[in-house]
Amino acid sequence: MKAIVVDDSRAMRAIIKRALIAEGFEVCEAGNGQEALDELNKNGAPDLALVDWNMPVMTGFEFIQEVRALKQFDSMSIMMVTTETESSQVEAALEAGANEYVMKPFTPDVLQDKLLMLGLAR
Amino acid sequence: MALGSPEAHFLRDLVYQRSSIVLDDTKGYLIETRLDRVARAAGLKDVNQLIHEARAGRMVQEIVEGITTHETSFFRDRHPFDALKEKVIPELLERRQGRRLHIWSAACSSGQEPYSIALTLREAFPQLDASRAHILATDLSEAILDTAREGRFKQMEINRGLPARLATQYFQREGMYWRAKPVLRELIEFKAMNLAEAWSLYPRPDIVFLRNVLIYFDVPTRKRILDTVAKNMAPDGVLFLGAAESTLNVDDRWVTEKHGPARYYRLPQQEKR
Repeated sequence: MKAIVVDDSRAMRAIIKRALIAEGFEVCEAGNGQEALDELNKNGAPDLALVDWNMPVMTGFEFIQEVRALKQFDSMSIMMVTTETESSQVEAALEAGANEYVMKPFTPDVLQDKLLMLGLAR
Repeated sequence: MALGSPEAHFLRDLVYQRSSIVLDDTKGYLIETRLDRVARAAGLKDVNQLIHEARAGRMVQEIVEGITTHETSFFRDRHPFDALKEKVIPELLERRQGRRLHIWSAACSSGQEPYSIALTLREAFPQLDASRAHILATDLSEAILDTAREGRFKQMEINRGLPARLATQYFQREGMYWRAKPVLRELIEFKAMNLAEAWSLYPRPDIVFLRNVLIYFDVPTRKRILDTVAKNMAPDGVLFLGAAESTLNVDDRWVTEKHGPARYYRLPQQEKR
């Protein structure tokens, strides 16, 4: 399975990437929503996108809105991975089309658990 | 704490006497971490000072609770909750014909298990309000029950095992915590109970969650607990144990039933009382 990790922090991308590789994913990275969108348009959608909320150029929330407006990426699951933890924000992300939501900080077993919920665990 | 040290022996005896829980030598580090937490909470310098207090007969309950309380997560192991939703509850409801359903979560710890059961009821059986379903949640630890009763969970706990949609629908942010809404809390009654002592339950539970509990006890205590469960639950009731637990070689009267990857146990009908 394939995943894209979208986060403006290189360190955070590395942490998430390591956890996903351990789960058997092939992983590519993007530093913001626009870069991720370009990658999707170029190489097609992976099975999963893990998206930070606050990023320059295009936020994770805007990325979700853009992606869900384009029907061709509907099969891709989206997981918001963010320090934003207000209930209203979780609701907004789900309404916009995120399939799951992880609040930072988190441990690898949380990610594993969320993959299970999305039917993406090995 | 060095294994085999007088302190380790003293603690093992203390915990066994108070809870019948057997601490094996592999849990040394875990025990020390937990005791460190207990010591700090009580304003003591370190674990040695805590043991000094315990030798004088103080802080004993805090120590036993600190050691025996284990971490858990929402919908732990998943499959029992699927079985509950897809098979066990629908079958029982058909047989009960409107009678109130009683579910018991034994050793509920900080409450994730009973709240997961309550979430399952709310989501899959909205007709079962508090007058038609009752969850009894018990634990040895009074301190942990106070937390569980409040229904307050840290962000890390909400992250673990709980789908985001259920978090926003059934929990409310209160500062640093997420609190279960009344629609969940009203289904659950919390009560202190030591499984290793004599106990009885009325009304009889139709469903028993006794997961990851027996592993802490020695075999004679396991036998006694399972026998008391058998005597107290509804004759056609269902027992869930932890994923790594079984009634096999402990109490062989129980019959294993399966639903998908979930296993649960029932007493054969001649065991009816």
